[in-house]
Amino acid sequence: MMNHSQPTGADYNYTVVRQFALTTVLWGIVGMSVGVLIAAQLIWPQLNFDTPWLTYSRLRPLHTNAVIFAFGTSALFATSYYVVQRTCQTRLFAPKLAAFTFWGWQAIILAAAITLPLGITQAKEYAELEWPIDIAITIVWISYAVVFFGTIIKRTTSHIYVANWFFGGFIITVAVLHIVNSMAIPVSLWKSYSVYGGAVDAMVQWWYGHNAVGFLLTAGFLGMMYYFVPKQAGRPVYSYRLSIVHFWALIALYIWAGPHHLHYTALPDWTQSLGMVMSLILFAPSWGGMINGIMTLSGAWHKLRTDPVLRFLVVSLSFYGMSTFEGPMMAIKTVNALSHYTDWTIGHVHSGALGWVAMVSIGSLYHLIPVLFGHGRMYSTKLVNVHFWLATIGTVLYIVAMWISGVMQGLMWRAVNADGTLTYSFVEGLEASYPFYFVRFIGGCFFLTGMLIMAYNVIRTVKAPDNTLPALAEAEAA
Amino acid sequence: MDYGTLQGIITIIVMLTFVGIFAWAYSSRRQKQFDEAANLVFSDEEGSKATKDSGEHK
Repeated sequence: MMNHSQPTGADYNYTVVRQFALTTVLWGIVGMSVGVLIAAQLIWPQLNFDTPWLTYSRLRPLHTNAVIFAFGTSALFATSYYVVQRTCQTRLFAPKLAAFTFWGWQAIILAAAITLPLGITQAKEYAELEWPIDIAITIVWISYAVVFFGTIIKRTTSHIYVANWFFGGFIITVAVLHIVNSMAIPVSLWKSYSVYGGAVDAMVQWWYGHNAVGFLLTAGFLGMMYYFVPKQAGRPVYSYRLSIVHFWALIALYIWAGPHHLHYTALPDWTQSLGMVMSLILFAPSWGGMINGIMTLSGAWHKLRTDPVLRFLVVSLSFYGMSTFEGPMMAIKTVNALSHYTDWTIGHVHSGALGWVAMVSIGSLYHLIPVLFGHGRMYSTKLVNVHFWLATIGTVLYIVAMWISGVMQGLMWRAVNADGTLTYSFVEGLEASYPFYFVRFIGGCFFLTGMLIMAYNVIRTVKAPDNTLPALAEAEAA
Repeated sequence: MDYGTLQGIITIIVMLTFVGIFAWAYSSRRQKQFDEAANLVFSDEEGSKATKDSGEHK
């Protein structure tokens, strides 16, 4: 197939794409290592070594920020800069500004890696970084928007390919979310207070929080999916029409789903119910998109037998379908009464984060890296396959452990004796969770090992002499 | 106009917008345009100026 042929026509700017692609792998390893460490701390609390910087409470936001904003967002930068150039058949607009987004984003990641262990935080989930870093993020993000939309404006094709709609929607919405939720009054260089108070603050935070999931971790990665799945499968997307309806329905609905994070709180009841209904409706565009991606393989299913890169992409869509079914179910108030504050939520998040976000990124990178460095394929297709199985088994171990632990916790917390007293103390519930925390830790180790294998494979591919890694014919590509 | 009526009108406008997008996307006049757009993924490659095996065009 022509998956790896060199572009004709425009000579694309791959420098910034290469930089972001390689840092994606690096930050993936860093972020997931911290994740494995804090998973281990939940089993062996001694692992904080009585050091304030290594406590769970400080490392947990470091883990989430590293995997979402360092790993995931670097992958989005890399793929969006690549896809927008190739589908618009033009070079990136403002190459210096594009270079600035790379170095600026790396500086922000370093600032996060320093301030979070020091305990400097706004204490808003996924928006912990203090106000000077928030301002830096705004500047880099607006530069990103200028580069991306500038490239679309100077395109030489008449259509704007659907992947770019998803990337564009993600870039604009994340700017709005970040600016609104980060509004704060600084009282010193490293301390500020939100301008919102009480239930309004909570609602703004979860409007931001859920749309960080909806736009950064979903719309952006769907942009990736709409380019790399057809490309790797060698077939155009199953239905371009469905992709248009998918885009508008998804962005119109996601923005309303935030209140489901605040069921049974001081948030007005009607707002909770609205959030629940909108989350349920969201199931439709989510599955529309998933079906569109998976059906792109119709007539090309046999390629799954030989191509582990395609396997990554298709399994990521399966996890996407699974977690976008689970999400609306968990948004139902009565289900949420059982699931909220338990490990079920952590399991749900990781089914999306490991199964969907990480696996679609990894699949896209395995397609991208040989192209960026002028090779026909990765150094070792066998190692890609090993990575695929480690990632899949790791994710399944993780989410199954958290499902069982979560449902068990929910049931134990709500159990009452005949006289109305609680059947179990909190510590009894915690004790019962230990075996599952261990399984989660093992799952995390599997996933991280896969990333280390990827790093080796990527280094060998980048360093390989020219013309030593020709594209394999389909049949022998095992 | 009371708040409930306003909400009702907004709901109808949003519904009509959705139906409009749907009708626009699925109108047969746009078939060719969308086929071209779907093949943008491949059109900057050597020797693939024409459309690739283009599936079933749903």
